[in-house]
Amino acid sequence: MFRIDFNKLRFLVCDDNPHMRRILRTLLHSFGAREVYEAEDGATALEMYSHYVPDIVITDWAMPIFDGLELAQMIRQPESKGNPYAPIIMLTGHSEKRRVTVARDAGVTEFLAKPISAKGLYQRILNVVANPRPFIKTKTYFGPDRRRNTNSAYMGPERRVGEKHEVLQQPSLIDKARSSI
Amino acid sequence: MAKNSAKDIEVEAFATHQIITQPNPLRKVLRRVEEKDMDDPVGRAEQALASLSGEFKDWMTIEVQRLSAAWTAVEKDGFTKILRDELFHAAHDIKGDAATFGFPSAAGIAESLCRVIEHAPDLEKVPAELFTHHINAILAIVHENTRLDRISVSAELSRRLRKIADDYLAHVNRDRPEHLEVILAPSIAPVE
Repeated sequence: MFRIDFNKLRFLVCDDNPHMRRILRTLLHSFGAREVYEAEDGATALEMYSHYVPDIVITDWAMPIFDGLELAQMIRQPESKGNPYAPIIMLTGHSEKRRVTVARDAGVTEFLAKPISAKGLYQRILNVVANPRPFIKTKTYFGPDRRRNTNSAYMGPERRVGEKHEVLQQPSLIDKARSSI
Repeated sequence: MAKNSAKDIEVEAFATHQIITQPNPLRKVLRRVEEKDMDDPVGRAEQALASLSGEFKDWMTIEVQRLSAAWTAVEKDGFTKILRDELFHAAHDIKGDAATFGFPSAAGIAESLCRVIEHAPDLEKVPAELFTHHINAILAIVHENTRLDRISVSAELSRRLRKIADDYLAHVNRDRPEHLEVILAPSIAPVE
């Protein structure tokens, strides 16, 4: 079994709702984290991201100035001087399947639908720490591998060209979002 | 700790994409332990969350005051973009927070309200009662009821409001299949 040394992890939490930030801070500190930085909008979060270089970003979707989706897109700039690879966990009240797809396409690593639970948050953190995915760069995308299925026989229009079989045995983001409790 | 140096990063180039792999930068925080040595971080966090619960009613009161103020502004000046967004965000926050705060029915009603704001083709044409019934129901649940209201009248109220809102949305979106598909799709939110 594995244990996470949370006291060695640095978190950046971005949510415009002070109550949700308090809950997240409480949960992370209870897990053992010491370094939890907080931002209440996307612009501040991006500044703090560059300054504190967090290991994991937890962000809301709907926020002022620019939202969590834009924050993810700004972090996932392959040529940036900062770290474009940090895991991003999107914690949001949006609960429609299409939102999961949009978040995935923005480079979000894990999706967690509210209401938040200690177990759901812990599982997402454990997954990004223990099972990081390779990054994919195409003309239109830079972020963690979006394909978690093992269907190497896929021949549809979105098949990547010129590669060997890819075996990434992880549940899909949508399935994980559904089973967070 | 979070960032590997450039020399650790491997890039495989293909015709349409690159696959970028690097040693797990967070591997140092993982420790293999015997089962008997595992502590219970989730249980600890749940206890800490429970210790906050005395504040949840006050937090919910603040959230519903914001919703109420947003609706008052809409009644006065109509659905400008700013006022529409504020009403949506106030409802959206309640949708996300209320179940955690012990008001799951209020969360359900707020979700229904969010769907109306998001999917009605013209908010000015939505009967005002559809908004006021949702908002008043949330206010009543928070002000009059105790927490953990899932088996009470408020749960039934939530279901009925959702039904009315969904019927309305299905009707006004009958010629907009892309909206209908989203409206009818099941939620991925965790079930209580």
